[in-house]
Amino acid sequence: MEITLNVNGQEHKVDVEPRTLLVYALRENCGLKGAHVGCDSSSCGVCTVVLDGKIPVKSCTMFAVQAEGHEITTIEGLGGGANLHPLQKAFHEQHGLQCGYCTPAMIMSSYALLQHNPDPSEDDIRRGLSGNLCRCTGYMNIVKAVQQAAADMRQPAEAAD
Amino acid sequence: MFPASFDFYRAHSAEEAVSLLGEHGADSRILAGGQSLIPAMRYRLAQPTVLVDINQMQAANYITEENGELRIGATVRDSDLEFSDLIRTNYQLMSDVSDVVADPIVRFRGTLIGSLCHNDPSGDWPAAMLAARAKMIIQNKDGKRVVNADEFIVDSFTTAVEEGEMAVETIWPTPSKNTGASYQKIERKVGDYATAAAAVQLELNEDGTVKEAGIGITAVSYVALRVAEGEALLRGQKVTRNLIKAVAAEASKMADPIADGRGSAEYKKEVVGVLVAKGIMQSLERLGRKVEA
Repeated sequence: MEITLNVNGQEHKVDVEPRTLLVYALRENCGLKGAHVGCDSSSCGVCTVVLDGKIPVKSCTMFAVQAEGHEITTIEGLGGGANLHPLQKAFHEQHGLQCGYCTPAMIMSSYALLQHNPDPSEDDIRRGLSGNLCRCTGYMNIVKAVQQAAADMRQPAEAAD
Repeated sequence: MFPASFDFYRAHSAEEAVSLLGEHGADSRILAGGQSLIPAMRYRLAQPTVLVDINQMQAANYITEENGELRIGATVRDSDLEFSDLIRTNYQLMSDVSDVVADPIVRFRGTLIGSLCHNDPSGDWPAAMLAARAKMIIQNKDGKRVVNADEFIVDSFTTAVEEGEMAVETIWPTPSKNTGASYQKIERKVGDYATAAAAVQLELNEDGTVKEAGIGITAVSYVALRVAEGEALLRGQKVTRNLIKAVAAEASKMADPIADGRGSAEYKKEVVGVLVAKGIMQSLERLGRKVEA
């Protein structure tokens, strides 16, 4: 099937089978390798991307054809290089990772969480990220990173008060 | 693994979905949230040859309360329930369950009706459906029929939904002000199946005796079970410690769990009674009542 995926504000015309999972379309057809494949059982969350600006989805548990008509955001769409998103900056500064395999999804899931709850408690963060597994760390620095990013992202609004 | 090949259709109304299911027969399936179906397809446990996607069916995305009933459409997601003020305020049992189904990401995609239709013997929603006396509206080419929870839940992964049919709406009675509820679940980690779980809903009379009781248990048999004997013990009675023990014993007696990494059969049989007891106690606490000595 010929479908059009809107990823990070860009249109990608791709030819996929109905059974093609979104994560493979992103990685192989769109060349965006930020969404990873981990567990093969919808458990680990390393394939998490964001739909329509605020809905986190496991892109291994959705067919690419179903993403047509939605705005998909992957880690590549948040920022990079000299223009890091506050979440990317915070994960770097707080060392919210070890091997990094879960990190893009951790950040995308955090991004969605902060859209719903801009000022989360530690418990809200731990609960909100409970669908994303990290097998290296104890989550301590991940939580700290999300707290830092939440504060950074709130700042403009608070400054305007 | 990749799912086996299938043909993909988008339905924009229940009529269109039912017509597609009728045309393609037993190997066609509705695709709603897909959070159970897609993993099953990846493992090739399910190999439908036709999927009918209903996600764009806007008319199915509703939560409405009227005339003492809550009506929920086929595309309403667990997260819609989790973040709904109406559910949080008036539907304690549903609210409790929507906080602990799967994991937060899965809840953004998975649907209530999809979970009920999947009818996993370890699922959370079937137990809640039994305890809350919910119903399902099933549509086929000739029209609609209403099925209550006891008839809807047939066997492992099997419901009253027949070939060529679609579950289009679930109806949950609005609990009275004198109703307390609780969902008690033991899980090894977020996202795992329950080791055991119990859904309890108690409606009290003004004098504190039980007017109506609903108890559903899950992950302890081939299908979610309604603890009818326990409900009967509660009806008309003041809730005492001894009564709670007797009701818990009825739940344990019914349970016929299998041993797995989550626990031995003996453990699960015992613990499901404990969960029922805790559910009864929390239901009362939420009504500002204490267990009588």
